[in-house]
Amino acid sequence: MSSSPGAAAAKPEPSRSMLARMRDSDIWHSFTRSWITMIAALITFVLIFSAIFAHQIAPNDPFNLASLSLLDGGKPPFWSPDGEWRFPLGTDQQGRCVLSSILFGMRISLIVGFLGVVLAAVIGITLGLVSGYLGGTVDSVIMRIADVQLTFPAILIALLIDGTMRALVGTARSEVLVFWVLVVSIGLSFWVQYARTVRGSTMVERNKEYVQAARLIGLGRITILFRHVLPNVIGPVLVIVTINMALAIITEATLSFLGVGLPPTEPSLGTLIRIGNEFLFSGEWWVVIFPGLTLAALVLAINLLGDWLRDALNPKLR
Amino acid sequence: MLAYVVRSIMQGLIVMLAVAFIAFSMFRFVGDPVVNMLGQEATLQDRAELTERLGLNDPVPLQFGRFLMNAVQFDFGISYRQGRKVSSLIAERLPATVELAVLSAIFALVIGIGLGVFAAIRRDSWLAHVVMTVSLIGVSLPTFLIGIGLIYIFAVELRWLPSFGRGETVKIGWWSTGLLTTSGLKSLIMPVVTLGFLQLTLIMRLVRSEMLEVMRSDFVRFARARGVSERNIEFRHALRNTMIPVITIAGLQLGGVIAFAIVTETVFQWPGLGALFVNAVQFVDIPVMSAYLFFVAAVFVLTSLMVDMIYLALDPRLKSGPGAK
Repeated sequence: MSSSPGAAAAKPEPSRSMLARMRDSDIWHSFTRSWITMIAALITFVLIFSAIFAHQIAPNDPFNLASLSLLDGGKPPFWSPDGEWRFPLGTDQQGRCVLSSILFGMRISLIVGFLGVVLAAVIGITLGLVSGYLGGTVDSVIMRIADVQLTFPAILIALLIDGTMRALVGTARSEVLVFWVLVVSIGLSFWVQYARTVRGSTMVERNKEYVQAARLIGLGRITILFRHVLPNVIGPVLVIVTINMALAIITEATLSFLGVGLPPTEPSLGTLIRIGNEFLFSGEWWVVIFPGLTLAALVLAINLLGDWLRDALNPKLR
Repeated sequence: MLAYVVRSIMQGLIVMLAVAFIAFSMFRFVGDPVVNMLGQEATLQDRAELTERLGLNDPVPLQFGRFLMNAVQFDFGISYRQGRKVSSLIAERLPATVELAVLSAIFALVIGIGLGVFAAIRRDSWLAHVVMTVSLIGVSLPTFLIGIGLIYIFAVELRWLPSFGRGETVKIGWWSTGLLTTSGLKSLIMPVVTLGFLQLTLIMRLVRSEMLEVMRSDFVRFARARGVSERNIEFRHALRNTMIPVITIAGLQLGGVIAFAIVTETVFQWPGLGALFVNAVQFVDIPVMSAYLFFVAAVFVLTSLMVDMIYLALDPRLKSGPGAK
């Protein structure tokens, strides 16, 4: 796995600018050839950008109780006769602007998803490296745990860890805790895939000459693993990260929708959908449909990017 | 072949043992079971009595052994929140979930295989492209969004279908079924579609790609050369050979059906096991949680065992085993 696409892109004469080199690379070529990928990248970029700058973009502050007015409650989106431009996508019963709630909710969804995936990757990569390098008992113990966990869908594992941790730390007390409980639940549900991938490539790398040389000059195991083996096995992990990001966002949204995720005071997209769902029957469809569409668009766009990345980095498909 | 069967069973047993250990640790070490059962106001004497009665003073391995014995007989004690036996709670909720899950699986298999075959045979028609695009969206959409979308269209706007519950049910022995009344059947439609959709898209994509693969293989080309009709090739030769991986994946996906039944049941307020479990998680009702975990694990292990056996029956290459080539 040492011939990563980065290495391929760096092949031309080093004097040229990075931009020019990027434009020459295979990755860029396959990116510009696929319309769908470019649209997906655009949507992902716009959504992430607006989530990062939610404070600057959002027309209203949905969490400032002072500025909320019940008189603004239940307003439809701007194109219907009762709609107002002040609230482009309407308001919920409490007069919270739906668009602003979506922006802040997406921000939380993205942060939880991202941290969850990072945690999963860190756990998975570490265990995979150790497992593949040491072999023997350590390897079989870690892989048996992975097998058992792989028998169950991630969402079930996340629910279970979430429930157990709630019991252990008593989440009723603090919203910060709920946030981290979610991150850890997602992290612990998705590590297996990383561990298996990294273990496989580590077992190949372990016997290569550079590792033997490093061992010969007396480097410690940890240095060998993280300084020398890790950079050579990290390639395929990037693809898993992208695809898992979409899964992690769905998992967080599902947990929040089930009422065991983030509370209404700090809503993610899932929480917003859960709240909005209660108003569906009173005809206020916009409170639930818009957060739902945002979630769907976000996940679909990230999935498309992940699919493309997987194909673009797969040398067999070239 | 016998070795293969024995190994499958052993693997299943190991998984069950691991799950039982997790369930046991949850019950024993998450919170204090005595406080949970008696509440804060119980006297010290009451507590000591219950501790003794539950055997919590015994060494942990002995406790685990007892837990295992009880679990095998499906005795998980008493729900903290509802004060009733967990086993009877589960028995009450079981029919709703089983009917939902089985119908969803059938729905996903029948429609999924049908659409997959269509998308493979007419791969360049516009309808096949539409089907493939929709399936891509279907893979990305969270289950609960599909449910909410269906409710909005068919219950709120069109008012054709009920939006929650099972409708009227009929009791046959202890089993309550919604399959025999009109309102029961109507109530089933949306939950079944919601739950089956993800599986449907997965099966469809799998059937399509397998089918395309098989259609390129030599024996199909020979069949064509022999003058076998195209229809005959598609259904007698190609489809049969695609069934082996499809059955494996479909069997393993049954686990997914059970997991996502939790979500579907919450959306449609379906009185099944999943809704029971979500409530248990919300209120930290550990006995119900561990019983559900154990139950789901048992279903998983049994289905994957069944898949292994079907595999063995379908693929003659496996029968000889690695030793007897």
